[in-house]
Amino acid sequence: MEQFQGRVWLLGDNLDTDVICPGRLLDAPIEEIAEHALESVRPEFRAEVRPGDVIVAGGNFGCGSSREQAPQVLKAMGISCVVAESFGRIFFRSAIAIGLPVLACKDVAGAFADGDTASIDVEKASVTNVAGGAVMSGERLSPEMLEIITRGGILELLKEKTGGAQ
Amino acid sequence: MAMTSAERILARASGRDTVAPGDYVTADIDKAMCNEGFAAVAMNLGAAGISKVFDPERVVVIMDHYVPPPTERAAMIQKIVRGAVSAFGLPNFYDGRYGVAHQVMMERGHALPGELIVGTDSHTCTYGALGAASCGIGFTEMAYALATGRLWFRVPETVRFHLEGDLPPLVMSKDVILKIAGDHGAEVAQYRAAEFSGTGAGAMTMASRMTISNMSMEIGAKFCFFETDARAEEFLHGLPVGGYDPLVFDESARVFAEYSLDLTSLEPQVALPHTVENVQPVSSLERTPIHQALLGSCTNGRLEDLQAAALLLKGRSVHPDVRMLVYPASWAVYRLAIDDGTLADLVDAGAIVMNPGCGPCFGSHGGLLAQDEACVASTNRNFIGRMGSDKAGVYLASPATVAASAAAGYIADPRDL
Repeated sequence: MEQFQGRVWLLGDNLDTDVICPGRLLDAPIEEIAEHALESVRPEFRAEVRPGDVIVAGGNFGCGSSREQAPQVLKAMGISCVVAESFGRIFFRSAIAIGLPVLACKDVAGAFADGDTASIDVEKASVTNVAGGAVMSGERLSPEMLEIITRGGILELLKEKTGGAQ
Repeated sequence: MAMTSAERILARASGRDTVAPGDYVTADIDKAMCNEGFAAVAMNLGAAGISKVFDPERVVVIMDHYVPPPTERAAMIQKIVRGAVSAFGLPNFYDGRYGVAHQVMMERGHALPGELIVGTDSHTCTYGALGAASCGIGFTEMAYALATGRLWFRVPETVRFHLEGDLPPLVMSKDVILKIAGDHGAEVAQYRAAEFSGTGAGAMTMASRMTISNMSMEIGAKFCFFETDARAEEFLHGLPVGGYDPLVFDESARVFAEYSLDLTSLEPQVALPHTVENVQPVSSLERTPIHQALLGSCTNGRLEDLQAAALLLKGRSVHPDVRMLVYPASWAVYRLAIDDGTLADLVDAGAIVMNPGCGPCFGSHGGLLAQDEACVASTNRNFIGRMGSDKAGVYLASPATVAASAAAGYIADPRDL
């Protein structure tokens, strides 16, 4: 799997799904949700996020709702990878299921400042602050999870069985 | 070998004799619940060329989030769901006049002890109240589960909570789970299963257990379990259900951590904005005026919850500065609360009785907050912007505390009313 190098958006603990995708927008298309993603904690996110950026966060990232729009909108806005000290479990599963790389890495939030550059090897579960140099080790994903991410999501595995939509 | 509840159910569902925490298994799904998220699930199935689900009898679709549709877009989502239910030939379809999915799953006998159940809603863990292993998943994984009947799981560690003794008057099971979140944090059961045992758990009604299993999501739990004891058997008796395996805890199974809570000395608790772990006793809260009081939801909208509130509000009035909303968990609860006069008492006190549904609890409709407003709610989340403005505050509390606060105009201890 490719390695990711990107600019860091540093977020805190307990960053929940409703902050990523407000409930009032659950009936809206992803483009509209993107207008408001993270706006209550980082109003500049929409205007300044660039393809390839990474999110580095504290504990319990993506806690709360099962709304898949939360990982979807981050992926659609160009976030290449989310590294957090821990994840809400549904967000974690859904991110893998849609092919958004995620990595749990203890104490990672303290190793980065906003705007730093992170280098991430998802397969080896390693995270490096390019400026600081120290390599941090996260929790390795299972081979099945890595395969789902590499293939671009769990639906691709289904399509392989069926030959896709007729 | 001694196994926890999660281990036993995942071993059975994956055809193994034993499993251990950290193992990855592919397990057979016993039931799959979809709310309006079925529109997105069906789209995913279509994109993958899937025209049949693994077993239509095992799929339950319940519309609850947009009842009735607050926007044209929400109406369209429901229309898509109806079309997809018809196209896939799903017999277990509840179209908007039954209640919140988790309550309907329980009261219609779709969730049974020992089953492995997934749902497109995070509070699917509610069915652990009668011993099911149930959890929320996203739309894409649900499409995979419906197509194949299977899904991967990592076998979780288990955290055991011993609840000892009886709750004092006007202290409810909501206070128990808020106290646990406050004392041990919102990640005490992260990626883990939670087992609730002890005399205090055994003494709880099914409704009270459902409040705790519903809220176990807010302490990170993947599954939540209560034993299938006589009370659970009584609940299941009379439902149109066949055989099932009662869940009995194996106390000798190795668990990750154990905690004890003495219920006899518990006070009413409140979770302040904006995390569920930001908890303190109501008695120590500084005077906090409220503008809305929300009673009900899948967390605390069962008959005993509405009755507890009605008992406090009978002969009193909702404070003139407060709008009080009542959301029964289901049409069945709604009807019972009409029959026994509970809703009459609440209406006489000045409450607005809404139809069962999810509206304000996820910030969609039917009781949202303006900036600088505060709501005391018997719901399950107080995230930023959860119920309207991201500059409003949601305080989570029990139905008794919600009712006492509605009368007082500020967050009030029901024991002082």
